[in-house]
Amino acid sequence: MLTIGLTHYLVVAAVLFTLGVAGIILNRKNIIVILMSVELILLAVNLNFVAFSQSLGDLTGQVFALFVLTVAAAEAAIGLAILVTFYRNRGTIAVEDINSLKG
Amino acid sequence: MIYAIVFLPLVGFLIAGALGPWIGARASEFVTTSFLMICAVLSWIVFFDVALGHDHGYAPIIGNWMTVGDLKVDWALRVDTLTAVMLVVVNTVSSLVHLYSIGYMHEDPDRPRFFAYLSLFTFAMLMLVTADNLVQMFFGWEGVGLASYLLIGFWYQKPSANAAAIKAFVVNRVGDFGFALGIFLVFQLTKSLGFEEVFAAVPGLAGKTIHVFGMDIDALTLATFLLFIGAMGKSAQFFLHTWLPDAMEGPTPVSALIHAATMVTAGVFMVARLSPIFEYAPATLEFVTIIGAVTAFFAATVGLVQNDIKRVIAYSTCSQLGYMFVAEGVGAYSLGIFHLFTHAFFKALLFLGAGSVIHAMHHEQDMRNMGGLRKDIPFTFAMMTIGTLALTGFPFTSGYFSKDGVIEAAFAAGEHHTTAMIGFVATVVAAGLTSYYSWRLVFMTFFGHRAAHPVAESHAEDEPAAEDAHNHGHDDHGHHAPHESPLVMLIPLAVLAIGALGAGYVFEPDFAGHAYAEFWKGALFTGAHNEILHEMHAIPAWAGYAPTAMMVLGFLVSLYVYVLKPGTAQALARTFPRLYQFLLNKWYFDELYDFLFVRPAFALGRLFWKGGDGAIIDGLGPDGVAARVADGARLAVRLQTGYVYHYAFAMLIGVAAVVTYFVAGGLR
Repeated sequence: MLTIGLTHYLVVAAVLFTLGVAGIILNRKNIIVILMSVELILLAVNLNFVAFSQSLGDLTGQVFALFVLTVAAAEAAIGLAILVTFYRNRGTIAVEDINSLKG
Repeated sequence: MIYAIVFLPLVGFLIAGALGPWIGARASEFVTTSFLMICAVLSWIVFFDVALGHDHGYAPIIGNWMTVGDLKVDWALRVDTLTAVMLVVVNTVSSLVHLYSIGYMHEDPDRPRFFAYLSLFTFAMLMLVTADNLVQMFFGWEGVGLASYLLIGFWYQKPSANAAAIKAFVVNRVGDFGFALGIFLVFQLTKSLGFEEVFAAVPGLAGKTIHVFGMDIDALTLATFLLFIGAMGKSAQFFLHTWLPDAMEGPTPVSALIHAATMVTAGVFMVARLSPIFEYAPATLEFVTIIGAVTAFFAATVGLVQNDIKRVIAYSTCSQLGYMFVAEGVGAYSLGIFHLFTHAFFKALLFLGAGSVIHAMHHEQDMRNMGGLRKDIPFTFAMMTIGTLALTGFPFTSGYFSKDGVIEAAFAAGEHHTTAMIGFVATVVAAGLTSYYSWRLVFMTFFGHRAAHPVAESHAEDEPAAEDAHNHGHDDHGHHAPHESPLVMLIPLAVLAIGALGAGYVFEPDFAGHAYAEFWKGALFTGAHNEILHEMHAIPAWAGYAPTAMMVLGFLVSLYVYVLKPGTAQALARTFPRLYQFLLNKWYFDELYDFLFVRPAFALGRLFWKGGDGAIIDGLGPDGVAARVADGARLAVRLQTGYVYHYAFAMLIGVAAVVTYFVAGGLR
């Protein structure tokens, strides 16, 4: 019987992380997708924390995961708030239109 | 007493210069003029004590100026007969000019500044003549140059005055450069700069040579030559004379004080003061004679055709300075100083008289627009005539004794040296020319009739002439009738006229006659074989009468040309147009210098400015670096797209690179 071990967790986490990064880089549509991708990356990190915590028998990792969740929630709230304000000001949240840093 | 003489003008300068705006013009005039009057009286007392009395010279040291190794320079006030003579000349003329200026400048709003400058000049000149070492002399030398610059450019609103001031300053710097080099060489040779030490060391240096530019040159000849370059600049001698006529842009009292009576004679004074050195450099003395002779002749020829009343007198000054140098060149230093002494009186008289004429004509300077003034301003006419008589050497006026003395000395020395004979011929010819142009000035100004149509080309001063309501014109052109100057201007003329008439007769025995030794008391040095003052009395009679004959000839020609047959001058100018233009344009010296020095200097300046500074230094330096940075930035800026995902991708690449590096490093 297949035992789900540390390796599987790590693989899942790596896949999630890659998906998140790809989402940030490849996405051309809107910023909400980027925020979701960031959440995905954070989840991948959390998964690593919890997996190593379990594997090493150290609770610090799980505590850290809880902190990350909290920060992620706050970050999502702030990110969405900024997004709303941004939409009010510019009338668009398409990634391609956001290039005011262009030199 | 000597302290009071030297420093009262300085105090006057400080009061008028610093407090002038608060105490007002009247108080400034009063303070400076009264101080100068005191100085003049004290100077005469010193003169009687030191020169005519039995009081030997002294040189009180005021304090140490600087001590650097061997170089030790003190502030000291040397008083001997030579200084006393100069004190009398400077302070007498200066006080009279101060007095005269009260009248002449009465319309000018900047009188405190004017009187402050005049006093500053006097102070610097007194520092020069009382110097006991070459450095203090140089201090005074530069001080008078500065005052001259400031006073020529006194009417700084006029571009021509500014240009003249700068020209005077720059040309003088050329001479001062030589003077400074001379001082350096003297220090190099004698390891001291005090006059006593230098003079004591000079006999031991005779025949010593130094190696310069691959040649062995007699050290004293070179030193005196360099020193004389300084004298040439200050005394407007040939090659460095161009600034003096232009200096006439300044107010007329300034011309009288600085550019006729005192400052320009500084070179003559310097050669006399350094006579113990010059006596050991016969080659330089010959050079001095030649330059003096050429200047005397050259300036007199140019003076023949000038139309500006002040320029005629300016060239006359130049010419008379040439006489002084001829005298010194042939070894008759006392005659040079004697001519300086008498010349100060009659040339200041002529200039102040010319100022009175200009004042009367409401700032008209072109003689072609004058004429018939003797009835309008009889006193000025009389004074100008006295000045002219003295200048031309009419018997028993002061010019007769000093100028004829110079010519006789040149003839006497001519029996030994060819150069001195050149000096004799040049000065005799110049004497005739002097007589001609001096009387021409008088005839054009005071005789004949005023031109109905004023010549356009006039150097009228920019001061708008005050409209005298009571003097409204009697002729069709609305001219104002000439008016006699106020008393405050006429008194100085009268005093100077007395000097111009009597100074020669009274002081001739002292300066160059039998009282020579008691008078000078060794202030002037003459070599063991220098018997010029005795030889000059043993010359043939015709040589003695030659200058007087030339004077009469010049007078008669001038009388014929300008009074008996008016129009002859114009006819002559038409007959010899080349010669006339040559003289009118002052031998084309300004054009020559413009071509040789001014324009190359400008071209060189433009080269360094545009090419050196603009293209090379700025191009490769700040401007170039800035341009390259801007180019780089233009490239770098294209990396910044502004898209978030590009930045994120770049971050990812970076992370991947770092991870790869450590992982690969860990494997190894």
